Amino acid sequence: MRRRAGIVGIGESRVGRVSGRSALQLQSDAVLAAVADAGIKFDDIDGLLTTPVRVEHWNMPSGVVANNLGIRPRFLSTVDLAGASGVAMVHQAVMAVESGQCDIALCVAGQNLLSHRSRDEAVKSMAESGSAHPQFEVPYGPVVPSLYALIAQRHMHEYGTTPAQLAEVAVTMRRHAGLNPNAHKRDPITIADVLGSRMISSPLHMLDCAIVSDGAAAAIVTTEDRVADMKRRPIFLLGQGYGLRHGHIGDYKQLTTTGAVDSGRDAFALAGVERTDIDVAEIYDCFTITVIVELEDLGFCAKGEGGRFVEGGRIGLGGALPVTTHGGLLSGGHPGLPGGFFHVIEGVRQLRGEAGERQVADAELALVHGNGGVASVHCTLILGNSRN
Amino acid sequence: MTASSDRRPFPIPDPATAPYWAAAREHRLSMTRCETCGEFHFYPRPICPHCGGARLAWADVSGNGTIYSFTVVQRPPSPAFTDMVPYVVAIVALDEGPHLMSNIVDCPAKQVRIGMRVRVTFLEIREGLSLPLFKVA
Repeated sequence: MRRRAGIVGIGESRVGRVSGRSALQLQSDAVLAAVADAGIKFDDIDGLLTTPVRVEHWNMPSGVVANNLGIRPRFLSTVDLAGASGVAMVHQAVMAVESGQCDIALCVAGQNLLSHRSRDEAVKSMAESGSAHPQFEVPYGPVVPSLYALIAQRHMHEYGTTPAQLAEVAVTMRRHAGLNPNAHKRDPITIADVLGSRMISSPLHMLDCAIVSDGAAAAIVTTEDRVADMKRRPIFLLGQGYGLRHGHIGDYKQLTTTGAVDSGRDAFALAGVERTDIDVAEIYDCFTITVIVELEDLGFCAKGEGGRFVEGGRIGLGGALPVTTHGGLLSGGHPGLPGGFFHVIEGVRQLRGEAGERQVADAELALVHGNGGVASVHCTLILGNSRN
Repeated sequence: MTASSDRRPFPIPDPATAPYWAAAREHRLSMTRCETCGEFHFYPRPICPHCGGARLAWADVSGNGTIYSFTVVQRPPSPAFTDMVPYVVAIVALDEGPHLMSNIVDCPAKQVRIGMRVRVTFLEIREGLSLPLFKVA
């Protein structure tokens, strides 16, 4: 019988403006929390997966992190699918454990994106970090929000999506963050606040855009038979998928449809479940438009219906499909490339029934979705609190 | 059209893209075309994305196209663009098929719409380096 792996520990550093902690220190905070949560011995970790950071140059991120933690893993990997890295990292940890390459894999990612440099420098470095093509896009002056604004404008043109519908996503994420004690931005906002916030790159306002934060998260993945002597029941990966339909946005001819179509199709097929079976969807939310397009591409509504789908509280707690219940990148926290990893942590928390005030009642199946580049590379996981 | 004060990050041509920038210098828009299937593509790739053919040649396109999407940038990525704000970043669908990013110039930002017909123009941003831009046709 196939050796099955599950997620048995999760941890977060403090998220927000965390002055005076380096990327490696934030990661260590999260690791210690995850190890304590799992109830494993630190020395038993024999696999390590991480993502790159952008605030420092690490020649081999998994080696740098392992060395900092003082461990000598039998398996190391740096997973780089930009914003989808954190989600994909968990799938690849499950593969490493199920194939027998290691028994207890640690996934960790995070950085001090906010306090390392000024916010202006973070914006400039993200604009020139490769999301925009260095020769054919950067010279025209897009900020990262511009690249997603091009998707939003086209979506509005094709389907009549409105700025108020985009704003509804931001308002919902802020409401969720208000129920998350570790979230970065917790004060409630209204649709009028979003529409009245500074225009960054039309049609995206400041509050349509992810925030910039410090923070790290960690997860422990191990085999089902090791779980007997652990504190937590494992959360299982039931299905996963990857997709990529374009690299850069400028030469892509179908702006409103992404590789999430492919990653979602494969994840649902492997898990053998339907969209209507999903209790909570932790969906990557770098911009408000991202959530609307992903809901469509993942099959929760028809193409073009995403704007109407997010209205009326449908994606909020208590709605038909609670989405990104920790507050996401829009409000919960966004330490850059590792930000999507927090969506996995929240999915696990929901499936354990440990999400406190923001708990989705009787959550048994969670979808987690990561997106990297400019809606370019996608990874979808379906997690469950039982193995089938 | 020149702008000697232009401070934007400038493209650094590489072996795969040098013919594009060499053509732009002569105010021609040139792209890779597959000799097997006849389709243009952009950005330049070593293998035709339409048919997998590897025999590619550079050929000029008309420079005529339609605005596929656009955004008006109010918050620039760096001080190099501050004097241009607000400016339009657009994706242009060329009549020959390829899409490319550019700026729409010589048109008030609030008048730009998806579907507008546009035509290429060139801005010399430094000695020997011209950037293709588009203006309303």
